[in-house]
Amino acid sequence: MCGIVGLFLKDKALEPQLGELLSGMLGTMCGRGPDSAGFAVYGAGESGEVKLTLRAAEGYDFAGLAEKLGEGAEVLQRATHAVLTVPSADEAGIRAKIAALAPEVTVVGAGSRMELYKEVGMPTDVAVRFDLAKMAGTHGIAHTRMATESAVTTNGAHPFSTGLDQCLVHNGSLSNFRTVRRNLERAGVTIQTENDSEVAAGYLTWRMKEGRSLGEALEDSLDDLDGFYTFVVGTESGFGVLRDPIACKPAVMAETDQYVAFGSEYRALAGLPGIENAKIFEPEPAKVYFWDRAAA
Amino acid sequence: MTTTTPNQGAPLMNASTQSHSFDLATAKVRDLNAALHALKEGSNASLWRVSNPRGLHALAAGLDAPVTVEIDGPVGYYCAGMNKQATVIVRGNAGVGLGENMMSGRIEVEGDASQAAGATAHGGLLVIRGEAGARCGISMKGVDIVVGGSVGHMSAFMAQAGTLTVLGDAGEALGDSIYEARLYVRGSVKSLGADCVEKEMRDEHKAQVFEKLKAAGLEGQVDPSEFKRYGSARTLYHFHVDNASAY
Repeated sequence: MCGIVGLFLKDKALEPQLGELLSGMLGTMCGRGPDSAGFAVYGAGESGEVKLTLRAAEGYDFAGLAEKLGEGAEVLQRATHAVLTVPSADEAGIRAKIAALAPEVTVVGAGSRMELYKEVGMPTDVAVRFDLAKMAGTHGIAHTRMATESAVTTNGAHPFSTGLDQCLVHNGSLSNFRTVRRNLERAGVTIQTENDSEVAAGYLTWRMKEGRSLGEALEDSLDDLDGFYTFVVGTESGFGVLRDPIACKPAVMAETDQYVAFGSEYRALAGLPGIENAKIFEPEPAKVYFWDRAAA
Repeated sequence: MTTTTPNQGAPLMNASTQSHSFDLATAKVRDLNAALHALKEGSNASLWRVSNPRGLHALAAGLDAPVTVEIDGPVGYYCAGMNKQATVIVRGNAGVGLGENMMSGRIEVEGDASQAAGATAHGGLLVIRGEAGARCGISMKGVDIVVGGSVGHMSAFMAQAGTLTVLGDAGEALGDSIYEARLYVRGSVKSLGADCVEKEMRDEHKAQVFEKLKAAGLEGQVDPSEFKRYGSARTLYHFHVDNASAY
């Protein structure tokens, strides 16, 4: 089944409440995906710096790791995750150092503003563990998972990172993901899990490496990915939505002067401010939608 | 829950009826449905006002009594599913599976309805004042559906009986593998599904459109002669090997 929620703020005054609103939306979708949950929040960021979201086992000493990585690495831990802020120029070097010094640590996402958290458990509990309600930002997407194609593991939880400041959540199941994965592996894209949604994320990453924009990569997926899907992708400046050509999986959106919101069901939107006067609509099948801060 | 007698505000009711209100901000859906299921024929508890539905699922599903339920706001999945006798009015949008398998009665939605509205429904009248999503009237078996706006793709898929009257447009593959339902569309049809064809709109069909519009309270607003009729070409009724690719 799975549930997706997304919130893109137009009104700056709501930015301090982003996490609170998003965690409320996420909580209503527990029934659609009680296995695990995850979210990406686009918060503060300095130019010239990159935030790496790291994940390790419970109780891991991220501060100790930051010390080993040397000067310029700043760390903020939330439960099993930590956000490490490093100068952009050092990103590749820091990633290599992490791989060498701490192979037990996974880099789950990277970007100037994106932080990405995911864990096994009831979505409301996951949101509390990472203190989502206190996070501020311009936009965020979140996912509740009911596993179908692969095991219930943290690696199988969404969102999946697709590049700097980019991530994907998926509701549905892809039927040709093994073929696509083989093709991606031949093209040099590493897929870490048995998960079909990670293949979708890897596919978008590959298309963009081939020079396609995110919107174009989503268009390409209409031809190359077979199965059921509603994708929501997060980018530095906004979020995009794509449903498969027969719109198998549910999606409803609300737009007001203050925000654009996505929910797998209307219930997820019911608690948003001013929802009674929002424009409510269902995104059309096989149509790529984008909401962008630059254009808003 | 509060009870007032007689009812003041409902034009549909006579003075002897009782009005109940049910606030879903505090009460549970299960309690609402249990109270509605407990109603028997001849009960005078015939107007129920439901507030704060907030997209909750299965509201007023499985009713079997001549009551009126007015829901003040958007509802979730399967609202008024399996309805018999009751009138269910939704002052908002409806989620997936509105009025699924309804048998009789009347369901009216003031806003839009999501996918599969009126799926497999056997009878009664389903009125959607706004737009309907994909697969509206899928496998319908006798219901009358009137949509003020447009319907999405694969509407009336495998429709067997009843009417689907659409004041707006229809999406791709209208009436795919249709049996005997009548489809009336006033606007454009993006494409017709397998074995669905346009048919002559004779006087009896215009009269039928008028009758359905009247039942929905839309008579006089649009001209029945503006509608086109679609139905089955009846070439896929029986298996024929030459049609294997169309099944």
